Amino acid sequence: MKFLTSNFLKCSVRECDRSNENFPLKYNGEKCQLEQDESLEFNPEFLLRIIDRVDWSAVVSVAIDLGNSSLPSSKPEFTSEDLSDEDMIILKDLHTLLIKTNIVEGEMSCRNCGHIYYIKNSIPNLLLPPHLA
Amino acid sequence: MVKKYLLFMVQTHLNFRLAELESLADLFGVKTVDFSKYDEGSPFFIVELENDAQARAWISRSILTRGIYEYWGQGTTYEELHREIQANPLFKQFKAEYRNSTFKFEFDSFGGSSSGKLDRVACIESFKYLEFQGKIRMKNPDQVFTVIEEYEPLSDNVAGEKALRMFFGREVQKSDRLCGALEKYDLKKRPYKGTTSFEAELSLVSANIAQVKPGTVMYDPFAGTGSFLVAGGHYKALVIGSDIDGRMIRGKGSQTIKANFKRYGESLQFLDVVTMDFTHNALRSDFLIDTILCDPPYGIRESIKVLGARDPERFVGKEDVEIDGKKAYLHRDYIPTKKPYSLDALLDDLLQFASQRLPLNGRLAFWMPVANDENIETVIPLHANLELKYNCVQEFNKWSRRLLVYVNRGDGFQGPTNAGLERSKANFRDRYFSGFN
Repeated sequence: MKFLTSNFLKCSVRECDRSNENFPLKYNGEKCQLEQDESLEFNPEFLLRIIDRVDWSAVVSVAIDLGNSSLPSSKPEFTSEDLSDEDMIILKDLHTLLIKTNIVEGEMSCRNCGHIYYIKNSIPNLLLPPHLA
Repeated sequence: MVKKYLLFMVQTHLNFRLAELESLADLFGVKTVDFSKYDEGSPFFIVELENDAQARAWISRSILTRGIYEYWGQGTTYEELHREIQANPLFKQFKAEYRNSTFKFEFDSFGGSSSGKLDRVACIESFKYLEFQGKIRMKNPDQVFTVIEEYEPLSDNVAGEKALRMFFGREVQKSDRLCGALEKYDLKKRPYKGTTSFEAELSLVSANIAQVKPGTVMYDPFAGTGSFLVAGGHYKALVIGSDIDGRMIRGKGSQTIKANFKRYGESLQFLDVVTMDFTHNALRSDFLIDTILCDPPYGIRESIKVLGARDPERFVGKEDVEIDGKKAYLHRDYIPTKKPYSLDALLDDLLQFASQRLPLNGRLAFWMPVANDENIETVIPLHANLELKYNCVQEFNKWSRRLLVYVNRGDGFQGPTNAGLERSKANFRDRYFSGFN
């Protein structure tokens, strides 16, 4: 699962929708095994479109879960027509974090109900036991 | 100022062809086409467009056409064709514009062929009044001029030998079909596929009618082996899929959905597939999904199941079971139980989800099979916020499947709804396995 996908996944339990704690999930850094997929090429325009849709505070919080506390607290802003060299450096870093970083094995939990979800073979499993479904 | 163009289409999937053309015209802001002149029985459609750029945008993605040409003339004989070309009000302008271009001639036909009886060199010579001065170049010429002959087939499968009419034009854009899309996505050559994989042609057509756009997000809630994800990726959307059956989306060894995207050189378009019950959705509610495209399960090759216990009594207290001091359901290899669900309820959920997640004018497209019994009425699911835009039928022997396409019109639309009703009286699975008797 790409780091980026963590930005779209909340807890599957319906009751947790009433809380603000069901997104993002809390990633267990010790149990998460990361890999860099070097085959994914850097495409600044593609990335800018994605950054538009990203919940930045969730990016920061999951990055911290996974041991990276170097992100700025507010979303970097770019003017897409005119990207400076500095912009390109930031975008490349974001490409590495959001697109290339793959969570191969891992564990994450809901901050509200505490249910634990697993990532196996890069695929997150959001299924629920019957008492939570 | 508009100009005439000749659209050359394929005579297959006629139920889908107009929907594809209209959807692509709408997607690219092509407003000058008079669709009331469209004839399902003909592979030719003469349209008016503002310029070549519009023609290119409109047809470059099309699967059910062959190409679009600047219209120079037509005739029932070559003599008439030449007279018509020279009588075209733009003839002088055409001549001047392409006077020094490198060029070549191509021949295409529909419904038959001259089977070698047409002397192509002599035919090309007969156009000498065009007075082209440019070099003839077989590879990458500036312009390709095309003669298209229409034959009357002797029967459905027997090619005709007598040309009924011929068209002449300058090629502006070949369709995605002619640029190799069907070969590229041919299931036979796909690394990972399964019994539920959807064929390349109609999955690409579906993506066109659903107006999948570059740089937007497409979601398939019943991803299976990822056929529609691949189609969405081809049109440069960022695609995400989910499926309640983890085995399907996982693949086997090197045969995975991810590997398919790699093969197609579209890895960047593939976000992820997640194991998830669509009805217990884990995509955050403010995550904008531009298009939903899918083939829901119908119980033929895969059953309709959602999370939960079929017999809840059997599971009372099971949440307290512990293994090695840890709740059983929190173990990494825990497999939750699932219960059967009705197709009507699943489709109601899908329409409701689409109405909540799609932007205004965003499209939901999905496939639905129906038995062709005369005495059973097919009821199409409807939602108050969604306009049913297309209902395209693909006929098989005793059953058919439909591509249903909805446009999200928002709360103000207040269209008819039949949510919560039992629409399908006869279970499609039962009908299928009893041979529709």
